Amino acid sequence: MTVNQISVFVENKSGALAQITSELSNAGVNMRALSIAETQDFGVLRFIADNDRKAAFVLSDAGYVLSVTPVLAVVIKDEPGSFARTLRILADAGIDVEYTYAFLTPRPGTACMIFRVPDNDAAEKVLTDAGVKLASKEEMA
Amino acid sequence: MPMIAPKRYYQPERETMPAEQLRELQSRLLVEQVRHVWDNVPYYRDLMEKKGVTPDDIHGIDDISKLPFLSKADLRDAYPYGLLAEPLEKCVRIHSTSGTTGRRVVAFYTQEDIDLWEDCCARAIVAAGGSAEDVCQVSYGYGLFTGGAGLDGGSHKVGCLTIPTSSGSTERQIMFLQDLGATILCCTPSYAAYLGETMKEKGMGPDDIPLKAGIFGAEAWTEEMRRDIENTMGIKAYDIYGLTELSGPGVSFECEAQSGMHINEDHFYAEIIDPNTGEVLPEGTKGELVFTSLDKKAFPMIRYRTRDICVLRREKCSCGRTFLKMAKPMGRSDDMLIVKGVNVFPSQIETVLLNMGYQANYLITVDRVNNSDTLDIDVEMTPEMFSDNLSVISKREKELVNALKGMLGIYARVHLVSPKSITRSEGKAVRVIDKRKLV
Repeated sequence: MTVNQISVFVENKSGALAQITSELSNAGVNMRALSIAETQDFGVLRFIADNDRKAAFVLSDAGYVLSVTPVLAVVIKDEPGSFARTLRILADAGIDVEYTYAFLTPRPGTACMIFRVPDNDAAEKVLTDAGVKLASKEEMA
Repeated sequence: MPMIAPKRYYQPERETMPAEQLRELQSRLLVEQVRHVWDNVPYYRDLMEKKGVTPDDIHGIDDISKLPFLSKADLRDAYPYGLLAEPLEKCVRIHSTSGTTGRRVVAFYTQEDIDLWEDCCARAIVAAGGSAEDVCQVSYGYGLFTGGAGLDGGSHKVGCLTIPTSSGSTERQIMFLQDLGATILCCTPSYAAYLGETMKEKGMGPDDIPLKAGIFGAEAWTEEMRRDIENTMGIKAYDIYGLTELSGPGVSFECEAQSGMHINEDHFYAEIIDPNTGEVLPEGTKGELVFTSLDKKAFPMIRYRTRDICVLRREKCSCGRTFLKMAKPMGRSDDMLIVKGVNVFPSQIETVLLNMGYQANYLITVDRVNNSDTLDIDVEMTPEMFSDNLSVISKREKELVNALKGMLGIYARVHLVSPKSITRSEGKAVRVIDKRKLV
């Protein structure tokens, strides 16, 4: 069970991010979570949208370079130590995390972690075996 | 198995023809070629009439300087059929340039034109030591580009087992080199260098593949690159030159002496001119290379200005060929930059970008900071090069910087920019901003 993350190439110049997000808002796309990784010259905007297909088409029509990547959305308790426990499960199973970011969900007391791992199936198995809950695409919409 | 001495030439009667006899052949062919374009191509007739010359003024090769030049702009004006000298029903093929610096050139071929071209490529393969016993891997692109088709045809003529891998899929290229035991590799020199590096990363050395020779062309490369490729792959690397306008690769080729490329003078007559005045310069002088096709049917080229800067030399070659030799072109006459004392041609940068999977749309900025030249290149991001993982992008960027350094000999800073953010223009694209001139 994965959710689709949209990653977009963003040149490091003023207004670039505003431009992308207004393309999305004009199309009525809502962002659930986002993170930005950057270098001196450019960045990669990664986000989870309520409608990933629409978001991808809107941005690619507008000329952006992007990719759609399945990532794991892990639901954790909004309390100290829950993120650490999830990471420990993955580490013990020898699964590397390429990157991760978090957001709070509308449901009180829960947070959601996005994980990018080399093998989604393997990670999903160790997490669910350990009783960790994964969020589905529908839950993001 | 009986030992047969390898053939030294593909067409010995032509390749070792005595100079005087060659000149007679060229004279006879030029008269016919000029008559052919006069009779069949109004565009050429106009050019000739403007210069006040008719086929009656052309009695032999010494009269060639009476003829008008043909430029790249003429090819653009005449696109697509304006220079066609045979009815389309006699044509069997087209090839085309990439069109990255303006409108693409579409060249037409009759079956005879293809045969002639393939013979030229076969000569290059034999000169690189090829025979029917060889396995020839053609890793030039197949399609509109002439590289794949030309060497493929030449390889067939020589009788090599031909592996038409085309370009790309580096893993598969290496697999075939190893599993099918290719002995001759044909591709661009930068791709050969990349294949060599990839082999090295896999822990493979020259002894792991039986490859013995490479025929590398379609872009500018240096002697350093040649040595690197020869060492990493354990081969002899031969240069080959050509233009789509004239046929494709095989206009000239290197022999065992590896000291310049023999021009197939029985098909292509070469001159060196002063690019500013058009005056013909004596052999051994640096200038712009001009070619005249001598026996092409569908798409003859009369005094075509290649814009390549090089030197011609007629000297006794240890290989026994009598064809004159051209030095490696030093680049295009109209767009060379000197950065940190090194000659930099945008075409070299373009070649690297295309080979590494980027678009040929780029912007070069040269500046002088603290009395030292700087070279910055804006490159458009492509879907192929993008990844959600920053370190993957950075790794690819680093590979690009290394490839550029290998080609140019100097460090260039690369900036990845948004797709289509670099201005495109219909004519010659603006690719260089030289801020040093403003100081």
